[in-house]
Amino acid sequence: MVRGNGQRRVVIEPVTRVEGHGKVSILLDEEGRVTQARLHIVEFRGFERFIQGRPFWEVPVLVQRLCGICPVSHHLAAAKAMDRIVGGEKLTPTAEKMRRLMHYGQTLQSHALHFFHLVSPDLLFGFDADPAIRNIIGVVAEHRDLAVQGVMLRRFGQEVIRLTAGKKIHGTGAIPGGINKNLTVEERDFLLSDLDQMVEWSRGALKIAKDYTVENLTKLASFGAFESNHMSIVRDDGAMDLYHGHLRALDADGNRIFDRVDCSDYLDYIAEEVRPWSYMKFPFIRTLGREKGWYRVGPLARINVCDSIDTPEAEAARREFMALTDDRPNNMSMAYHWARMIELVHAVEKIVELLHDPDLQGDDLVVSGERRGEAVGVIEAPRGTLIHHYRVNEDDQVTMANLIVSTTHNNEPMNRAVTKVAQDYLTGVEITEGLLNHVEVAIRAYDPCLSCATHALGQMPLTVTVFDYEGNALDSRSTG
Amino acid sequence: MAKPRIATTSLAGCFGCHMSLLDIDERILKLLELVDFDKSPINDFKEFTGRCRMGLIEGGCANEENVRVLQDFRRHCDILISVGDCAIMGGIPAMRNMVPLQECLDEAYRNGPSVYNPSGQVPNDPEIPLLLDKVYPCHEVVKIDYHLPGCPPSADTLWEALVALLNDKPVDLPYELVKYD
Repeated sequence: MVRGNGQRRVVIEPVTRVEGHGKVSILLDEEGRVTQARLHIVEFRGFERFIQGRPFWEVPVLVQRLCGICPVSHHLAAAKAMDRIVGGEKLTPTAEKMRRLMHYGQTLQSHALHFFHLVSPDLLFGFDADPAIRNIIGVVAEHRDLAVQGVMLRRFGQEVIRLTAGKKIHGTGAIPGGINKNLTVEERDFLLSDLDQMVEWSRGALKIAKDYTVENLTKLASFGAFESNHMSIVRDDGAMDLYHGHLRALDADGNRIFDRVDCSDYLDYIAEEVRPWSYMKFPFIRTLGREKGWYRVGPLARINVCDSIDTPEAEAARREFMALTDDRPNNMSMAYHWARMIELVHAVEKIVELLHDPDLQGDDLVVSGERRGEAVGVIEAPRGTLIHHYRVNEDDQVTMANLIVSTTHNNEPMNRAVTKVAQDYLTGVEITEGLLNHVEVAIRAYDPCLSCATHALGQMPLTVTVFDYEGNALDSRSTG
Repeated sequence: MAKPRIATTSLAGCFGCHMSLLDIDERILKLLELVDFDKSPINDFKEFTGRCRMGLIEGGCANEENVRVLQDFRRHCDILISVGDCAIMGGIPAMRNMVPLQECLDEAYRNGPSVYNPSGQVPNDPEIPLLLDKVYPCHEVVKIDYHLPGCPPSADTLWEALVALLNDKPVDLPYELVKYD
């Protein structure tokens, strides 16, 4: 499409093999140079406003409908906030371990889904392979064993969720101050029966991701790569903890920007800029400002930020990963895949640990204490730091909700990756479908959850058009 | 004989219904023997490549793009199925139908405690689609042939319905598969 000023506009719509709705627009000048490349989040929901007035105990089951891929993350972040509302944040061992098991099941299924179902076609067939085979169905045809492993790893994660939350998608396990069920011996044994196989397959997945990264390092080192800050929560001793901890941020060289920040104080450290061309906001670290304060979250950031991982195989893999960059933060977008599979192994190791813990069969499920009117719940979702912040009035109604979802933190990084790949691969050449897929490959590295990121409602001129049965517009009204 | 083609899309939904379809697990290999996939978020067909036997719609219509995609599905699919509560009745996103739009705008882009927006400007660009005044169920926009309830419908519900339709049998689901939560 040619614009009047000689610029050409190329659009990738919709971005596929990601969760949710996004599109990319690229502007090129007369010489074919990329002048602008943007990832637009094209949907909105309005959760922050429309859950106001709802009873607080409803929120953990309500807000997880932001996202069907990682509902457990929203379920648990909201439940953690509501724990504090009811003064029950010191969970019983059974409650905390059941929630952790649910969360590691979630991490396992989400990472397996992303790596095998969505991304493996790019890695196995090439970024510019025929789109007719460049998908999971092509993987089934050409690499059936691998596809089956992906399906079964995800299935196991979903079974863990079903047995902890009651349902594979949009369960109800976490309630303010605890959980509503423990894990029976029968349920535990059901999961244990498949566990050895999962351990083996998770190791295999890690090896594929590592080998792919190392073997293609020359190409991947610059593919959508750029220096950035990194943020995640870590445990008090600096170890990786996906369920609970404090906020830590590093710059591109590994220097600490902040550390040991209580999650309840997130507003002192993070703000979100509104830009007119996307429904997704652009977070930044306040002290560094909008230009320099943006950062990455998710598997790559977590591996960069933590000091160690408390399970042996994932820790060995982390050391190997960090050795690649001499223990300095890794700033390659494509290194997300390797980092994600280290976490997959970590999640499986944690599930093994938890399933052998008799606390899961405990009966002490819920606690409460002094009621609070405001609370923050933060968790490391599969895609990164997830912040839920609520105020609740004396009638138990939500009066304020602020949600900063994982993918939103990665908004600026994904736009940088899109711009870099567009400039490197699309400048001055005939633009083919395969080249455009390179742009999507860079976006997919971040495993964006664009549904999660659409909870904010934007100001748009409203238009309603009435169509007849043949699709002819009969009437149209606009406001705003 | 060519295999029947299936297309899927998520409109104003959360992808949970697509996830539930993937929860048929190893049966997905069997499904691939029965059908070919056309336009779907799980592959890279951005547009339809041909006539489809079946279209699965997740999510209701919240913006003009959702309406365009839904009409496109109606044009290309013999059988159109509303999958899940958002497609059938708007679902959780339709909770915004109870709130004046301006209040939602202010909350998200002006009043939120972490918002940095000195100009008070809110997203408004030709590249992002126009919102509808309300979130609409799919059957208010195009003719829908089947409704599969649930949030999401279970993998078994989806599997049983697909197998029945692919074999030209009536969709006769037992009570356990159409009740949920």
